[in-house]
Amino acid sequence: MKKELGKKPIEEASLPDEIVIPLSQNLGSPCKPLVEIKQRVLVGQKIGDSDGFVSAPVHSSVSGEVVAIEPRLSFSGDKVLSVIIAPDGNQETSSFSGFSESEAKDADKVRVAIREAGIVGLGGAAFPSHVKLSPPKDKPITDVIVNGCECEPYIAGDHRNILENAEIIIDGLKIIMRVLGAERGYIAIETNKIDAIHHMNNLVSSEGNMRVVPLSVKYPQGAEKQLIQVILDKEVPSGGIPCEVSALVHNVGTTIAISKAVREGKPLFERVLSVAGPGIKESKNLKVKIGTPVNHLIEECGGFKGEPGKVILGGPMTGFALFDLSVPIVKGTSGVVVFPREMTIASNPRACIRCGRCVQVCPVRIMPNFIGQYIEVGMIDRAEDADVMDCIECGLCGYVCPAQRPLIQLIRHAKAKIIADRKKGGS
Amino acid sequence: MDTSIIIKAALILGGTGLVLGALLAVASKIFYVEVDPKVELIREALPGANCGACGYPGCDGLAEVIAKGEAPPSACVAGGAEIAKQIAAILGIEVKEEKVAKKALVRCGGGKNEVAHRYIYDGELDCEMAQQIGKGPSLCSYGCLGFGSCAAACPFGAIVMGEDGLPNIDWHKCRSCGVCVEVCPRGIITLVPEDKKVHVLCCSQDKGKDVRSICKKGCIGCKACEKICEFDAIHVVDNLASIDNDKCTQCKKCVEKCPTGCISVLLKGHHSVEEVAGTV
Repeated sequence: MKKELGKKPIEEASLPDEIVIPLSQNLGSPCKPLVEIKQRVLVGQKIGDSDGFVSAPVHSSVSGEVVAIEPRLSFSGDKVLSVIIAPDGNQETSSFSGFSESEAKDADKVRVAIREAGIVGLGGAAFPSHVKLSPPKDKPITDVIVNGCECEPYIAGDHRNILENAEIIIDGLKIIMRVLGAERGYIAIETNKIDAIHHMNNLVSSEGNMRVVPLSVKYPQGAEKQLIQVILDKEVPSGGIPCEVSALVHNVGTTIAISKAVREGKPLFERVLSVAGPGIKESKNLKVKIGTPVNHLIEECGGFKGEPGKVILGGPMTGFALFDLSVPIVKGTSGVVVFPREMTIASNPRACIRCGRCVQVCPVRIMPNFIGQYIEVGMIDRAEDADVMDCIECGLCGYVCPAQRPLIQLIRHAKAKIIADRKKGGS
Repeated sequence: MDTSIIIKAALILGGTGLVLGALLAVASKIFYVEVDPKVELIREALPGANCGACGYPGCDGLAEVIAKGEAPPSACVAGGAEIAKQIAAILGIEVKEEKVAKKALVRCGGGKNEVAHRYIYDGELDCEMAQQIGKGPSLCSYGCLGFGSCAAACPFGAIVMGEDGLPNIDWHKCRSCGVCVEVCPRGIITLVPEDKKVHVLCCSQDKGKDVRSICKKGCIGCKACEKICEFDAIHVVDNLASIDNDKCTQCKKCVEKCPTGCISVLLKGHHSVEEVAGTV
């Protein structure tokens, strides 16, 4: 399924009747709207910004008229203040210009350009990229990894990006390495994308400080810390971030966006994603305008095959199941995966049978079996002692559990409680 | 068989027991810790639910500080006036103030029959965990989720989930410890004075039209209650009526006027405490 989708070129998705751009698409303080109702906006025009450091501005993905600024349902179930634009179909672009070769060498200027372009991590977490590119002074970055693993099942957007935009990825990696003064660049690709590995290898062979790292197919290899461990053989300490082992990971999509922001001055207003899964008529890789409603993309792919059971925004392992298909695609959306009704089973959780499968598969080597039991009886402190905060929520423990225990739900609950407690203690 | 082995073993074990017993007796005299006998008495008077509403580590912790005089006899929130009196008697002092007891109230009338679910929730039956998945399956983003976390948390067994999917709080059992208030992820439970019976049973700040579309019993912010109230006790703020308990005279005019019936008199209302207690 994933392999076949990897052979389909990226298509441009058509414009919907209405674009909904949430003003809060990533961590950090939400943006304030910069436009008014009835105002005409152009493609790439900044429509929301915030003063916070850990935040990124949002841009219009179409030319058209702002019809409303109101709270709209987002994929998380929250109502988020959004700018609603009626596209006029002309796709008139606001003028943006890139840097010259000399300007592109100024690290601070590049960082500002990346922030202004509203670039966030496109792998799913949507963490603002300029923050990642500003490591603390005492922790210089020596190794930069471009993450092309795409280990989640079904989706193939990154795969297509590597095949179609390899030169831009290499340019983006060069920019990132120059900004950070990094010595080595890696492009990590899993071996189920053998064509992408060959293609990238041919292009990279002339670059001395870069190489393609083929990796075996294993979920969750594309998780930041796991990737660093497998490529650099360094373990990011518990509770730490990659810069502590002098490493940085960027998704291929983000790398392309960074290159385009620096060379062309193009803001992040569209992204490549897969609409896939056994519940959709025709799986496609689409270039989608940010703010396109999910149901428009489903129509674009011929609608549902059979009765839909679950529509997931993101990959099937870590994504969010939707209950309303009018929610918009945001910067962090890596895919839309649809499962038919007969493939979605109602879970029937039973007591832990102590088989230990969850312990065997856990990539961060914690013990979900015990942690789940602690949380079930409200012993959040014991779960914290058992390093529940190290969990990356990959979902493997719940996936393999023969007793169908909702381990991830329990763990997320405990993590939220611990974070809330720490905030209370800190303030 | 040689009986001497049995006798020897009995003597050695018995002897060791006697020596150790004597040692323990001596040690208990030498290392005796003075305990205020009042602590024990106060501890017995307290409800013993360890609800934590007083802010001290359980009933034992509170008994100690009351005996030391660091907390007033009325410090036990759950105990109320009756237990405050008992403790005061132990301490040989008088209770100064007599507060009106507070009781927990669920400010939502949207049960299973009123509010539909927007998706099939298939996870842990816990309100807080359900709230984390797309902000909860209930169509109303303010009202009761109905998974009964409050009922599970109540240390006094005062909360029972009704057939309508809403928690029923038995005011005879409620000791106003506030554990349910803390545990509710949507913050719809509050403590209200026991003698006030007229309340707005809705928390929705959505606009009237939106409330109407998802719940038959929600407050639509029509201000009919605000207009009819002669005592300036009820106001609509953020599309939601709220009653000022100090000004409310329980005249019940707003109850009659309310088009959706979200203002309720607890005696007859949907959450009728007496109904649960079997007195109506």
